[in-house]
Amino acid sequence: MPPPPTQADIDREIAELRGKDSTTPQALRDYPPYRSSILRHPKQPPIVVAAGRDPEAVELHGPVFGVTDVTELSRDLTRQHTSDPLGERITVSGRLVDRQGRPVRGQLLEIWQANAAGRYAHQRELHPAPLDPNFTGYGRCLTDDDGRYEFITIQPGPYPWGNHLNAWRPAHIHFSIFGTAFTQRLITQMYFPNDPLFPYDPIFSAIPDERARQRLIATYDHDLSRPEWSLGYRWDIVLDGPSATWIEEGR
Amino acid sequence: MTTPLEPTPSQTIGPFYGYALPFAGGGEIAPAGHPQTITVHGQVYDGAGAPIPDAMLEFWHGAPGAPGSLRHDVVTGKVIGRHGLDFTGFGRVQTDADGHYLIQTLPAPYISVCVFARGLLHHLYTRVYFAEGDALLDALAPERRATLIAKLERDRVYRFDVHVQGGAHEETVFLEFVD
Repeated sequence: MPPPPTQADIDREIAELRGKDSTTPQALRDYPPYRSSILRHPKQPPIVVAAGRDPEAVELHGPVFGVTDVTELSRDLTRQHTSDPLGERITVSGRLVDRQGRPVRGQLLEIWQANAAGRYAHQRELHPAPLDPNFTGYGRCLTDDDGRYEFITIQPGPYPWGNHLNAWRPAHIHFSIFGTAFTQRLITQMYFPNDPLFPYDPIFSAIPDERARQRLIATYDHDLSRPEWSLGYRWDIVLDGPSATWIEEGR
Repeated sequence: MTTPLEPTPSQTIGPFYGYALPFAGGGEIAPAGHPQTITVHGQVYDGAGAPIPDAMLEFWHGAPGAPGSLRHDVVTGKVIGRHGLDFTGFGRVQTDADGHYLIQTLPAPYISVCVFARGLLHHLYTRVYFAEGDALLDALAPERRATLIAKLERDRVYRFDVHVQGGAHEETVFLEFVD
């Protein structure tokens, strides 16, 4: 078996691809520095479905969620066990809007993350960092009438992974988000400001546009910090994709 | 019209979503005991033909769907799943170690599918059709069309495999939705 690539090998590949396809606001599916993408991206062109010409497409509406799909406590990841988790307590909040800036109301956000030591509560996770019996690391909430959401959690740690030798992921929280249309479905990762690992990470770098990468980084917001309690981060989310409401309103 | 806001980009679901997103009964979309229930199952494959053991598939039937797919127990906070009466139209399943998935749902002209996996940086949409005779299918070359049509294996049991990467005869047709 050939030796695993080094960070220098991956850095070189990232640099060679920089500037390519930089007009897309999205992550590239074909991004070889992230080794797992090589056999897991389509090679055939997608079939384009224009919502205006196919207004009956089921994807222009989305699943609905309600009060039975969350509990009072499911947005607080620090209160799922008998005691407090280790780590720096934070709140993460922001607004969920569509590309017209309209709030996406009553929709489901789900998050999952590593603990403060950079370890996931998953049996396939092999990083020899301690599990925290008081932290599982997942939560759910519904957006309010203004599209706002808020989670209470702890700052996740960075962690190593097997993409290449000495590969480390920047600290992040995974987000799963529903819009009013299934076309707006989004799973992504929220990062923290000024992380020194950004330039070394092929997953973050798979987004070729610098401004688009910045949209995944939360902002420290002192007004969201609570005295003697927690630090606050703001992260607003903009959903892409056509929806039935766009068509009904003639946009 | 004002300039649209730039969208938040996607990132991979990664390998560790399994304790957060899948839920009990996620593939049991049909109301319990419904006489018209069908089974749709298959495997998800990568470009080398190997099954993908850490893919997650979501299924959507279209509006109006009822809430309650992810019903929670207010005492323990655990997800207890649907109550089995309403049709939420939404399903979510993780593939097994052999890349296999299974849902039980109600018949429809087609079911929308969203594919997530470690290694996939941006999810993919496709559709499970059960018969020919649809404008989207008609516009495809025959070998591409075949990738979207589930095969009837036996009474009420359909097979639908997803090939995330492959040649034109093999790779599943994926859809991109625009205005």
